[in-house]
Amino acid sequence: MTTKARKINLKVPFVTRLEGEGALELTTKGNDIDKLHLKIFEPPRLFESFLQGKSYKDVPDLSARICGICPMAYQLTSIQAMETLFGVQLPEHIIRLRRLMNLGEWLQSHALHIHFLAAPDIYGFDSALQMAGEYPEFLQRGMLIQEAGNSLMTLLGGRSVHPVGLQVGGFTKLPNAEKWLHCLTLVEHALPAAKQLVKWSSELELPDYSHDFLCVSLKGEKAFPINSGDIQISNGLVITPAQYPEHFKEHQTRHSTAFYSLLDGHDYLVGPLARMNNSFHLLHEDVKQVAKEYGLKFPNQNMHTSIQARALECFSALHESLGILQQGLPEGEANVAYDIKAGECHFCTEAPRGLIYHYYDLDDEGKVLKCSIIPPTSQNQARIEKDLHFSVKQFGLDKSDKELKYFCERIIRNYDPCISCSTHFLDFKRIQK
Amino acid sequence: MSKAKSKVTVAIHKLTSCSGCQLAFLNQGKALLSLLEIVEFKHFIEAGVYEPDAKVDLAFIEGSVSTPEDLKRLQEVRNNAKLLVSIGACATSGGVQALRNLADGDVWKRGVYPHPEFIATLDTSTPVAEHVKIDFELWGCPITVQQIRHFVQQLTLGTLPQPEMEKLCMECKRQQNVCVVVTRQAPCLGPVTRTGCGALCPEFGKACYGCFGASEQPNARSLANRFSGLGLVSEEVAQRFAAIHSHEPAFKAQVEHWQGLSVREIE
Repeated sequence: MTTKARKINLKVPFVTRLEGEGALELTTKGNDIDKLHLKIFEPPRLFESFLQGKSYKDVPDLSARICGICPMAYQLTSIQAMETLFGVQLPEHIIRLRRLMNLGEWLQSHALHIHFLAAPDIYGFDSALQMAGEYPEFLQRGMLIQEAGNSLMTLLGGRSVHPVGLQVGGFTKLPNAEKWLHCLTLVEHALPAAKQLVKWSSELELPDYSHDFLCVSLKGEKAFPINSGDIQISNGLVITPAQYPEHFKEHQTRHSTAFYSLLDGHDYLVGPLARMNNSFHLLHEDVKQVAKEYGLKFPNQNMHTSIQARALECFSALHESLGILQQGLPEGEANVAYDIKAGECHFCTEAPRGLIYHYYDLDDEGKVLKCSIIPPTSQNQARIEKDLHFSVKQFGLDKSDKELKYFCERIIRNYDPCISCSTHFLDFKRIQK
Repeated sequence: MSKAKSKVTVAIHKLTSCSGCQLAFLNQGKALLSLLEIVEFKHFIEAGVYEPDAKVDLAFIEGSVSTPEDLKRLQEVRNNAKLLVSIGACATSGGVQALRNLADGDVWKRGVYPHPEFIATLDTSTPVAEHVKIDFELWGCPITVQQIRHFVQQLTLGTLPQPEMEKLCMECKRQQNVCVVVTRQAPCLGPVTRTGCGALCPEFGKACYGCFGASEQPNARSLANRFSGLGLVSEEVAQRFAAIHSHEPAFKAQVEHWQGLSVREIE
């Protein structure tokens, strides 16, 4: 080409329907991608700095504020890290109740994602609010599942955003029978809705841009993993949370204020599809049966099936919650006593959108000397860019900016990035050289 | 396209925050569908509606001012809205990230980012009311669905609601919770904290940590003395107030007072 390089600077609005805000910059040169950056402009909130000097008791209420959509994941990961350090042995009923609350968080987050954020792509609307007139039943089904999830978090934590019930050693208080029954009713009602949701997800015509990537999730022993266990990687590697820093390294780039995390130098996936791929065999027989009935297949390497993984996790979470609720209100203490110890601790749990890692170094009074918190979004960031790189080229760079923007947004949304633990977005920018 | 002329046009903007307060709109369940009959969202990114520069009757703003971009956006939002309502701890008092105001923010930034020069940020995190005129504030971390519902209801009646500033203790007593200060010697902020959460922490047997901010006439100094009497060292007293609303004047005064004491004690 002898013609002068032509530079077109296109500004297309925000990548909307992310929880938080994000933006994409794509620079193309003929039929090649020159640069592709998912930009995350996080107004830095400096959590890891202001947690220093705080008591371990104050950490859960503060770390919750990282994200309003998955606050419990931050609370529980910090609590369980400290319980590992203090050598707290929890009674079975507390482990069960924490799992119930965790399932509630998955439910409300997944229901919000599927119905408010992803569905408009599928029905060809700009937003869920526009769908309200034409598809009220669809939105109501989502709200039914979301409400069941919120009610479980409220049962054990008082509220679903920044709940207050969790503490080192268990809960501050066990729920009462009346609220327990209320949840049971809501979960019973939501279960058939979730089955319908799985069916709905199985009937979607999803694009297929399958390619190889690593899946990282917690490793379950008997049950689908959510808040305990080692970390397993789909290449066969299994490590403890304490070994996390040896394998996972973060780095900062100029174009984004969220860190990039790499596993031994590679991008990797965390979240519902990673969990399904690594642990499908651990789902309850009834759940596997529903997956089979509607033809859902895991593991697979098609990121667009994330919505099916989320739908199946909704069904699984409600199925398991129902089982726990039907066992009746547990008796026993709300929490157990423990002694504070100084030292370092690491823990990982599965937030709705993927693995969270926490590290704390506490002094002998339980005050934080150092800490590190790695949210799922920064873990997925390198993977999203790689996916875009691969998929956009397959899709064709000759497509119009409008088509490209829509295509890219849909890919990014598959990861359900919770950019609120980050950002202020910018805009979709395509530069043609 | 049936668009009733009389619908209230609404925008929801976000500055530096966790997005948890916006969820009070999306967590309403079926009430959201009825809300859509009386309001039209012009801008609400979490729900996919994008028109940041739309002129609206009512703008809600979530988040604190912590970057130059926040400040610019806030001024635009103010110019485009007839009524501007700040929602949540970040917007009303600077939020949890305002803890940096008490420290050397630059040192903190260096502690977190290997390349702090890539980060455009202000040294402080401040409430929106420090920068523009605000018509109403909804306090809380997070705000509740009930607060939103009540607010919109009052607005449709043509008035702004009375600000809810009563002390948490009043609500707690009405609920007949057992007082955690009296029975457990817990350092509860209920006597100086604004009501609105439903007295959740005491109900759960835990000390209130002040997530709704300071109440009307907060006698924070007296409560802090009481905490000291319960056996908290001065640094611990300061930490009670240095949580979600550390930039709120009544709480900030206690943080500064008791932090100063601990330094003198060490000397």
